[in-house]
Amino acid sequence: MKLLRELVFPLLAVLAAFVVGGILILLIGDNPIQAYKLLIGSALSWPDGIGYTLFYATPLIFTGLAVLVAFRCGLLNIGAEGQLYVAAFATAWVGITLAQRSAWILIPLCFLAAVLAGGVWGAIPGILKARFGSHEVINTIMLNFIGIALVSYFTQYHYKVPGDPIMESSEIGQGAHIARLGHFIHGLPERIPLNLAFVLALICCVLVYLFLWRTKWGYELRATGASPTAAEYGGISIRKQIIIAMTISGSLAGMVGINEVLGYRHRYYDGFSDNYGFTGIAVALLGRNHPFGVVIAALLFGVLQRGGIYVDGFSEHVTKDIVQVLQGVIILFVAAEAFFRGQFGSFGLLKRSKV
Amino acid sequence: MKDLFTIALFWSTIRTATPLLLAAMGGLFSERSGVINIALEGMMLAGAFTAAAVTYAAGNPFAGLAAGMAAGLLIAAIHAVVSIRYRADQVVTGTAINILMFGMPAFLSGAFFLSSGSTPQIPREHLVPWLPIVIAFGLVPTIWYVLYKTPFGLRLRSVGENPEAADAAGVPVARMRYAGVLLSGVLAGLGGAYLSIGQSSLFTRNMTSGRGFIALAALIFGKWRPVQTMLACLLFGFTEAVSYQMQGVFKFSGEDIPVQFIQMVPYVLTIIVLAGFIGHSRPPRALGMPYQKER
Repeated sequence: MKLLRELVFPLLAVLAAFVVGGILILLIGDNPIQAYKLLIGSALSWPDGIGYTLFYATPLIFTGLAVLVAFRCGLLNIGAEGQLYVAAFATAWVGITLAQRSAWILIPLCFLAAVLAGGVWGAIPGILKARFGSHEVINTIMLNFIGIALVSYFTQYHYKVPGDPIMESSEIGQGAHIARLGHFIHGLPERIPLNLAFVLALICCVLVYLFLWRTKWGYELRATGASPTAAEYGGISIRKQIIIAMTISGSLAGMVGINEVLGYRHRYYDGFSDNYGFTGIAVALLGRNHPFGVVIAALLFGVLQRGGIYVDGFSEHVTKDIVQVLQGVIILFVAAEAFFRGQFGSFGLLKRSKV
Repeated sequence: MKDLFTIALFWSTIRTATPLLLAAMGGLFSERSGVINIALEGMMLAGAFTAAAVTYAAGNPFAGLAAGMAAGLLIAAIHAVVSIRYRADQVVTGTAINILMFGMPAFLSGAFFLSSGSTPQIPREHLVPWLPIVIAFGLVPTIWYVLYKTPFGLRLRSVGENPEAADAAGVPVARMRYAGVLLSGVLAGLGGAYLSIGQSSLFTRNMTSGRGFIALAALIFGKWRPVQTMLACLLFGFTEAVSYQMQGVFKFSGEDIPVQFIQMVPYVLTIIVLAGFIGHSRPPRALGMPYQKER
């Protein structure tokens, strides 16, 4: 019964968003049913549709988990975008600098680079909040811009192949490539960039669940989010929890770099992120800030991403931008939970306390 | 270094500061009333697109400016209803609006102009390069006066600082907050309109490129006060103007400073100020907290 209630509300939000999107499609003179059919049908076809849908869902699972961990501690990390850029660059940097090493050394080091760089970029606003009380929302916004400018500088001035008109680094070593899933799954062609990072994302999801609900540290983190004053009274250091939560959050966002650099492009490509960090907020909220909910929400957004490209090509007026519109409306409905609460009885979502 | 500070750079600073100033003044109204507004970016995008589309269709830039402000108002109304009436988390709502408005103009221009995200070019005689600048800088003393010398300003500030006390004194908290957020939409919409039909001559995909956030940074850097915020906008406008003028590399006593480092200046300064290293910047006390009337 509880599970059902947990599912009903996000479903309503998604449904409402599709209705709003449908009205918009009607207004610009296209057929919404046809557009949605195209969108969902193309995303669920085997192997290309499903392969790409899962590939697009991978970064969103990471960023969704990142937002979730911070949220459970009462913090809103809207800096996942900057964290994943910094981490992706660090991953590529290790992959380029140690290109000659074997996979056994190189891959773990690249993983470490992603996790550390993301963690550091997440820890900074955590420390600023714990030490100076400055709001993490503002600082993460600022650090997004700083991080993106910083890696763009390194790419342009130090790691670009001379003469290459595209803002991208040189290639990482062969040893740092991680396998595509098509390598293991019969019928899934290897040209589809879905790779082992997807499996890593699922593992992270389980780990985050175990950490938050089965360990003392996770309990302390959630206690801080649920009621900072009560947590402090119980002997938990709120400042420490803030820093820990933001560091873990940044590390999770940073793992997007593993998918992007080791599994997909094999280089750092400036501006690669399709707003993964911000979409992560939507994923976490729609997934009701639960790791398993995040996976479901990320899959849905993966469907939208993949289907959007198809709609763009095969419908008369609708462009892939409809996806962004749908995502925005979904978050609005999820955020304005009271809107549904008034209509459909009580749900308990979004109990973010002020730390 | 010497020929850097020219008249051209001065005007360039004024021009780049104008959209920031308009959006920041908007943010000021919203945040002083207690509603966080990270949706300035989305409101600017709405204003920029609508102004360009209407000016192109109607051939009249004043209709365009009005439409841009109306679009900002409409987006602000969404932000206001969701975060005031339905007491949603204001940061989440703002993020949603930014994502929505990142897609919406491109979606509409794809449908109306059969382009991927931009409007057609607007003829030169239909642009308004000066009016928004005059409005922006003329507004600063007006806003200062309204905020500190009128009952409206006092009420607005009181619901942002202590809504319970304001409520007890008979100030309609929700109504004041609606006013704050809606005003922010009008001003941010105008700021966006200036980008598309003042500075430029068409709307291009994501043409604000973070200016809404820089405006927010200026607001914080200016400690949520009109005159200081204007100075912050001028400073941030100056860094942007310099980065244009230098076309990539800024020479400082013989050393090359890449443009990326100049672009970072506003953001780094904001973090430093917010942390209290150079004079503490304190937000309105009730910023970000939905208010529920006691029953």
